Amino acid sequence: MAKLPKPEELAVINYQPPKTHWMDTPVDFRPGTWIYAGKPESLKTVGLPNPRNWSPEDEDWKLPENWKEILLEGLRDRLDRFRSLRVFMDICVRCGACADKCHFYLGSGDPKNMPVLRAELLRSVYRKDFTTAGKILGRLAGARELTYDVVKEWFYYFYQCTECRRCSVFCPYGIDTAEITMIGRELLNLIGVNVDWVVTPVANCYMKGNHLGIQPHGLVDSFEFLQENIYDITGINIDLSFNRKGAEILYVPPSGDVFADPGTFSLMGQLMLFHEIGLDYTLSTYASEGGNFGLFTSNEMMKRLNAKIYAEAKRLGVKWILGGECGHMWRVIHQYMDTMNGPADFLEVPKSPITGTVFEHAKSTKMIHVVEFTADLIKHNKIKLDPSRNAGLKVTFHDSCNPSRAMGLLEEPRYILKHVCDFYEMPEETIKEKTFCCGGGAGLGSDENMEMRMRGGLPRANAVKYVKEKYGVNMLACVCAIDRATLPPLMEYWVPGVQVCGLHELVGNALVMKGEKERTENLRFEPLGTEDDD
Amino acid sequence: MGLGFSFLIACALILGVLLGVEVLGLNYLFAVIIPYLAFGVFFFGFIAKILKWARSPVPFRIPTTCGQQKSLPWIKQNKIDNPSSKAGVVARMALEVLLFRSLFKNTKADLHEGGKLTYQWEKWLWLFGLIFHWSFFLVIVRHLRFFLDPVPGFIRILENVDGFFHVDLQALYLTGFGLLLAVTFLFLRRVVIPQVRYVSLAADYFPLFVLFTIAATGILMRYFSRVDVVAIKELAMGLVTFSPTVPEGISVLFYIHIFMVSTLLAYFPFSKLMHMGGIFMSPTRNMANNNRAERHINPWNPVVEVHTYEAYEDEFREKMAAVGLPLEKELSKDEAAATKA
Repeated sequence: MAKLPKPEELAVINYQPPKTHWMDTPVDFRPGTWIYAGKPESLKTVGLPNPRNWSPEDEDWKLPENWKEILLEGLRDRLDRFRSLRVFMDICVRCGACADKCHFYLGSGDPKNMPVLRAELLRSVYRKDFTTAGKILGRLAGARELTYDVVKEWFYYFYQCTECRRCSVFCPYGIDTAEITMIGRELLNLIGVNVDWVVTPVANCYMKGNHLGIQPHGLVDSFEFLQENIYDITGINIDLSFNRKGAEILYVPPSGDVFADPGTFSLMGQLMLFHEIGLDYTLSTYASEGGNFGLFTSNEMMKRLNAKIYAEAKRLGVKWILGGECGHMWRVIHQYMDTMNGPADFLEVPKSPITGTVFEHAKSTKMIHVVEFTADLIKHNKIKLDPSRNAGLKVTFHDSCNPSRAMGLLEEPRYILKHVCDFYEMPEETIKEKTFCCGGGAGLGSDENMEMRMRGGLPRANAVKYVKEKYGVNMLACVCAIDRATLPPLMEYWVPGVQVCGLHELVGNALVMKGEKERTENLRFEPLGTEDDD
Repeated sequence: MGLGFSFLIACALILGVLLGVEVLGLNYLFAVIIPYLAFGVFFFGFIAKILKWARSPVPFRIPTTCGQQKSLPWIKQNKIDNPSSKAGVVARMALEVLLFRSLFKNTKADLHEGGKLTYQWEKWLWLFGLIFHWSFFLVIVRHLRFFLDPVPGFIRILENVDGFFHVDLQALYLTGFGLLLAVTFLFLRRVVIPQVRYVSLAADYFPLFVLFTIAATGILMRYFSRVDVVAIKELAMGLVTFSPTVPEGISVLFYIHIFMVSTLLAYFPFSKLMHMGGIFMSPTRNMANNNRAERHINPWNPVVEVHTYEAYEDEFREKMAAVGLPLEKELSKDEAAATKA
């Protein structure tokens, strides 16, 4: 694995474009800035084309003989199926407002990370083969031939976009680079060009129900481990149930929270909360993944993985579905699930059995976010919270890209935070719809990509540093499982001394439970009420 | 490359007019035939492009949400930046189209010593973009006086407002100068900012040169060279009533002006200028964020292969039984024995 440069080296960024025209500037597959290729077994598991061993560093990518034909036909097909693509190919005026809105551009200075140029990588090929001016004028019209090098460039830069949609907030026409790179990745997948950090989770999720590939008994074990931890901390033995028919609610968290800290703490907080309010819910081992790396593969793959959630809800006969804290999961649930796998006419409109609140805004999809659920509980005074148990923590909140820009979950988490801890907001240009990505979303969170992650995460880290220096913030809360995996190394690199947690970890700490023993430790088994610096 | 090429093309077009009108006497071609053709290309080309876009469906509802969603009744929704109703979408689109709301959010990022990023106020692009588009629009509306007889009252009012300032008893139309100024700014910005220059194509410079020529010839004709306005109105009325005549004594400046307008019209449907129509069809802006409340239909929703619960249970039945998970199909005797062992 590539050696990661020191922060002070990485922070020297040259924003001057190179002397050579971008069409004449080939990709440099520098270690630390790209991701390993998808393993053939994983491609085979889900039936993706062209499974083979290859590496992006290789000269020969072992593409199918007619790769060019496949890509162009794929593009034609998608132009006919996605109005977004058609319109976005035609209307960009290259005003450049998007350029310094991309965290990868800010962190790397590479002009092809400006959203406008990232899109031009595809647009140039579109012009050559689908517009008259491009056919006749060629390069003068911004058109270029689809070559092997273009494929390599697509791979490098379509997997250097976290599909966070920040640029689309600032674009005067709402051109969404996520749409461009999602379709770009669909195209690359047609010829077997993809990354293992996406394809293997996809294969795992397809066969075993979750990205991590945890088998049913392993999943039960992991939850029981959390159950034991909760017992040790609170003296309360919470109930767990799996695949239980007749439960009122199916609860689907992202699987990352089952296995890795600090997600586990956040999941414990949710389990404690559900126990405390006596929620009649079940977990599923089959639909044990809220996240969906299909989103980073193709719309068809997203649908295949997502299908489990409604199928399981139907099989178990639950009334509605509750989803955990995860970012891209909520893009899929909110913007795609009902369209792809609905209508969920076998479910009922979600209604909180504790407060009686009917979640009308989810009346068709029938699935609500746990943060919406908890905010409602707090508003109705249904749980007792003791924020002093989070004393010593000065918390700021990272809005995850998808819940912010593909949903608008902004005030719910803040409402909860204000009831459980000492909360400080980061600067306005870096939060809510203008939030900066962690640098590792959309399947880019692999370790071999660490330099690029640190670069992409710079703007986010920089805002955390600001509140650390200004208010002494030492905890970065978030509602995304990928964040919980990618932000800790980012903080360690740019802002040492700031830890990362899920929102419900703070809720779990503050939650006063009936019959609990006197708490001496927080959910991390650290002594309560003292500042922790490491 | 793109800059020089566009400049040369624009110069060639102007020279073409000079040659055509002054030397070859092709006045009818430039005053009648080309404007008719150009308008036809614009009209049908514009519609064709919109229809082409419209033929591609919108499979998913993908608004970019820029504010608080509609969720719990006690949380205040941002009804414009995160609309959940048609009215909200109309308001969002209106603000976008009329006031360039997204561009108004623009900032400029600066990197300082030690990786410190700051975000500065940067509304110039928004301001000059707005001046350009509004000026252009009002100039076009004012020009309706050439095509309508009698001139309607609202045009006279607009002229009075636009020409509020007088120099030597002559009304100065602010929009005309606004257009020229804004086009100049947009051009300079494109050349001066290295990143913008790096991504710029010939297609980005060309319309600026054309627009500059249109505005400049317009201003020259009105304030400096004093063309025969009565003759021009006669020509314009002839065009709209489909009985074109070309009066004598129209300045070549006018021919350049109308030819560049024709060029712009004919070029429009095949260029980035179609953002004018495209903004209305951008799915990240023109859709309501009511995703979980109303189901959106994908007309080509694909049938996909899924891994069913049954297949999953078949694979893991023994392991599931071993940890006491409920099963749809009980273990066979052999399996049960194996599990116990």
